[in-house]
Formats: sequence, C-alpha cells, structure tokens
Amino acid sequence: MQTATARRVIPGTPVFDGDAAQKGYAINAMCFSFNDASNRQAFMDDEDAYCAKFKLTCEQREAVRQRNVLAMIAAGGNVYYLAKLAGIFGLNVQDLGAQQTGKSVAEFKQMLLDQAKGI
Amino acid sequence: MAKVIGGVFTSHVPAIGGAIAKGLQDDPYWKPFFDGFKPVHEWLKHNKPDYVVTFSNDHGLNFFLDKMPTFAVGAAAQYDNADEGWGLPIFNSVPGSPDFSWHIINTLVEEEFDIVTCQEMLIDHALSIPLELSWPDLKSYDFKLVPVGINTVQHPLPSPKRALALGRAVHKAIQSWDADAKVLIFGTGGLSHQLDGERAGFMNPDYDKFCLDNLPSNPDALTQHSALDIVELSGSQGIEILNWIAARGAMGDPVKEASRNYHIPISNTAAATVLMTTEHALAPA
Repeated sequence: MQTATARRVIPGTPVFDGDAAQKGYAINAMCFSFNDASNRQAFMDDEDAYCAKFKLTCEQREAVRQRNVLAMIAAGGNVYYLAKLAGIFGLNVQDLGAQQTGKSVAEFKQMLLDQAKGI
Repeated sequence: MAKVIGGVFTSHVPAIGGAIAKGLQDDPYWKPFFDGFKPVHEWLKHNKPDYVVTFSNDHGLNFFLDKMPTFAVGAAAQYDNADEGWGLPIFNSVPGSPDFSWHIINTLVEEEFDIVTCQEMLIDHALSIPLELSWPDLKSYDFKLVPVGINTVQHPLPSPKRALALGRAVHKAIQSWDADAKVLIFGTGGLSHQLDGERAGFMNPDYDKFCLDNLPSNPDALTQHSALDIVELSGSQGIEILNWIAARGAMGDPVKEASRNYHIPISNTAAATVLMTTEHALAPA
C-alpha cells in the first residue's frame, strides 16, 4: 500500500503504522484477548486451536510457534500487545530484549546498566 | 475557579508494580527510583488535590486496534484497574467526576479538539502505578480522577505540538471550572526506552536531560521535534513523553521544579520522577 508520505526508516526500530496495524490485526487481536486469564489458559491448553480461532496468518503462526519476537513484529505484531503473549511464555522485557539483540540475558542487562555511565 | 497546584511526572514501567507488590522499595536495585518519590510524598502531605487530571497511554487494556482514539477523555463515575495479562496485582479503583469530565470535554471541543469521550474506561498500570507511587498508604483515593488518554501505540501519533496544545486547552477548562477546587496533574511514561526491534534496550540520557531541563520553563522547546523524531531520539516507547508534554501544558504557567530524580535503568527504561508546583501550591513546612 502506498502511504501519503515517504516512510521514515529508523534503524532497528519498528514504526507501527497503518500498514503494520492492518498486517498484524490477527496476532494483535489474539494478544489483546490475553487480558482474560481464561483465554491465556485456553492458549496454553491448545495453542494450535487458539491461533486458528484468531485466524493468524502462516507467518504469524510460525513466529508464535518459534517464540521469535522479531518475526512476530515483522508479521505486524505490536509490542504493547505482544507483551501479553510474552507473559504467557514467562518472558520479561529483558528476555525479549536479549532475544531481539542477539545477546544473552546477562549481556543485555549489562548493556542496560552500562547506559547509566556518565549521567 | 479551580486551580492547578502541581504536576507529578513519572515513568510507569510495569515492573514497578511488581516491586511494590513484593515490598522491594528499599532493595538496592529499586531504591534509587523509589527515593524519587520522597519529596512528592512530603509535598502531598501539604497539598491535597480535589481532582487529579492524568495524561497517559493505554497499553492494550482499554483500547484495541479496532478503535484507536488519538485523544480520549474519561467521563466515568469510577475507573477500575484490570488484568493486563501479566499477573500484576489489581490496583485500587479511582472515583471519577462525570461533571468535571464533561466540562473538560465541552471546553476541548470548543477549542477544536475532536476527542473521543469514554463513559466507561479501564485504567492500566500507566495510571495505577503513578497513583500508588504517590499515595502508597492510601487505602482508597479521596480525589476524583479525569483520565486523558493519548495514542502512543499506532502511528500516526499526535505531534508534540498538538499534545502541548491539548494540555493547554485542558488548563483553560480547569481555569473555567466553577469550583473552589485544587487540581493536580499527572503525566506518565517514558523517559527514553525501547522494547522492540534490534535496537531494544536503547536509551538516550542526553535527550532525556534536554526534556527535563526544558519542560518546566520552556515546554515549547520539546515541540521542535516530530513524533517520529522523538521515536528516533528516545526509543519507540520513549515517545510516551507526549504524555508529559500534554501534562505540562495542563499546568499553565509559570511552574517551578520542586524535585527531580533520574535513574538508569529501571527494567529497560531510563526512569524519571519530577514534581513541578505552581503558585497555588502550599510549600512543605
């Protein structure tokens, strides 16, 4: 889809715009449902059936199957909603950061601490 | 005429809620952040608001992508926190004031802000945590809340200039509210942080300092950047500074910085807490 203005590219930084919002509607809708504990349980009981209920695209289903955050984002996932799915997997935002940056969790946490230097 | 007495500006990282639940306020990791609230607590002993007007962004609790308002104003008699999917404790409900909400709504539309009105609105950690941080000992809140939601989730986002103007229009509404009432403003979120993408973990103390230095006396300086400029400067969730910008506008002028705390990191975030006060505030004894 052609957007009205040239797309701003910020390296390493997803910009969740109208195109992403359309592309990611199904996976984000599934994640939104996880505000309800019974839906979280339903996902854990039968992940395939739950993803099918929300009509995840093949790309989204595969990204969820692989627990791959960057792939979920590439498939239109928005981190404000994906965070709820990450919670089901027992992943906190340091775990997510480590996975996305290719660092160990310890390395990622050190990188966060290092940014305090010089303030 | 209602008067703004001050503004509390703070980060709203969900993990803070977990730390509160576990009583980790004096834990070495958390203490530098929680200590930023000591001057706020002292000030609030002497300054009890009748109304609290807040600016924050929803995190997929109240709004989904089916309907995503740029600016949303609550008009409920009560606001409840709810499960956001992570097992955080459910925080206190907060009483609302439909009358004051509708006064603000009417003024905003007169001022040509085409807002969404919400007679039902859930509040998420972006509000519950700052309120809990500010009044940790209150079992129930004795002020009335008017929450204003700003979209920081789905681009295009409102510009910083528009957020500041929205806040200033809210200030006009407060000034024209026919009640001898004290109003405290909250702006929550930020500062620089990014949860998503290969740049996850990004923070920018220089940009944060620019914001903290200018917000009290020269908030218009923050409008020189577009929303996407701020995403680049401050991270994809650092754009939550929009809530601070709007809140600063709602305080009116002049204000003075009464306390400032800045600490890296809390979770993945450069965390800050600032108290600004107006001439209508009572100074701590």
